Amino acid sequence: MYDGGKIITGLVIGLAILLFPFFYTAGKAAKAPEPELTPKAKEAKTCIEPTKYMRAEHMKVLDQWRDEVVRVGERYYKSAHTGETYYKSLQVTCMDCHSNKSKFCDKCHDYASVDPFCWDCHIEPKESNEGTKESD
Amino acid sequence: MGVNRREFLKIAGLSTLVGLGGKTAFELLAPGALEAREAPLPEGKAWGMVVNMHKMDEALMDKCIEACHRFHNVPNIGNPKEEVKWLWKDTYPHAFPGRENEYQTEKIEKMNFLLLCNHCTNPPCVRVCPTKATFKREDGIVVMDMHRCIGCRFCMAACPYGSRSFNWGDPRKAPEALNPGFPANPEYPTRSMGVVEKCNFCAERLAKGQLPACVEAANEEAEGAMVFGDLGDPESEIREVLREHYTIRRKPELGTGPNVFYVI
Repeated sequence: MYDGGKIITGLVIGLAILLFPFFYTAGKAAKAPEPELTPKAKEAKTCIEPTKYMRAEHMKVLDQWRDEVVRVGERYYKSAHTGETYYKSLQVTCMDCHSNKSKFCDKCHDYASVDPFCWDCHIEPKESNEGTKESD
Repeated sequence: MGVNRREFLKIAGLSTLVGLGGKTAFELLAPGALEAREAPLPEGKAWGMVVNMHKMDEALMDKCIEACHRFHNVPNIGNPKEEVKWLWKDTYPHAFPGRENEYQTEKIEKMNFLLLCNHCTNPPCVRVCPTKATFKREDGIVVMDMHRCIGCRFCMAACPYGSRSFNWGDPRKAPEALNPGFPANPEYPTRSMGVVEKCNFCAERLAKGQLPACVEAANEEAEGAMVFGDLGDPESEIREVLREHYTIRRKPELGTGPNVFYVI
């Protein structure tokens, strides 16, 4: 092999650069977020559907709600889980219990690096707790 | 070698048949079938509004505008070129062009009219919207689905009433001095930059059985200044008012079928 030394050195340097991010962040994995519940949400014990379902599918629920409310005009959601009827509104119903956006919604959204544009229009509740910071 | 006369005629004949199978055939056999058509309003609800200009004055109109804009978080940008309006005032010649005359009564000449989206029976904005963000509900209200609006502004070009406004900037960044406490209604969203917006006949209030915000505000001071109701029901209050008073509509000659009536 001609210039073997140079090639191998180059390969080693290249590999080092390639793997640098892995070494740099080794052991620094961000902890899985733990969204906080407000006292009101805790008291309610359950969301409109089981927690596991809400965790995985809340975006689909909201997507469906917005179409049903705006386009079909159906504004109420009957939950088989709780047996109650809810007004389909992110801003009015969801955020009534989960009034701590920065410690509830943003926790996972930031972790998963998703940036839903709900809040461009929908108004988030004012958070009175000290030390709350807005995500953007 | 080319084609001989017989072959050429065969090809020409076939091409004509294929051509006829396209749009032309439809136009010949069933004229208008391919045109986009609005479904006729279903029986029952067809919301409409009457503005009684005899009972209106500048202060009351301002009150209605204030009530509407506060309820729907409509910002005051402070620049007429970027104005966002759901409910607004304008003069007779501007509101009813073609109807003005040189020897108008002084009152009509000087007064402003309260203008809003006419929730047309045949809305041009709905027809041009490429994403169906604007659509006509079964009860006649022309509403916007802000989630779908891409801000192309075709609807603004199509609307002959100037009822539509574009958000050139983020409404939440509107000058604070002009918008104390904005957004005023925490139960209603604002809009974002790059979407068009307009009056929605207070669809969300109607769903709760309330009258539109402007009608409520107007009737607090002058009973009957604004009447809202079902045009499809001959016994409704609005039909009663329309039977009793001579009313005019904005630019009916365009065939849009405006559903806001003015008693003058």
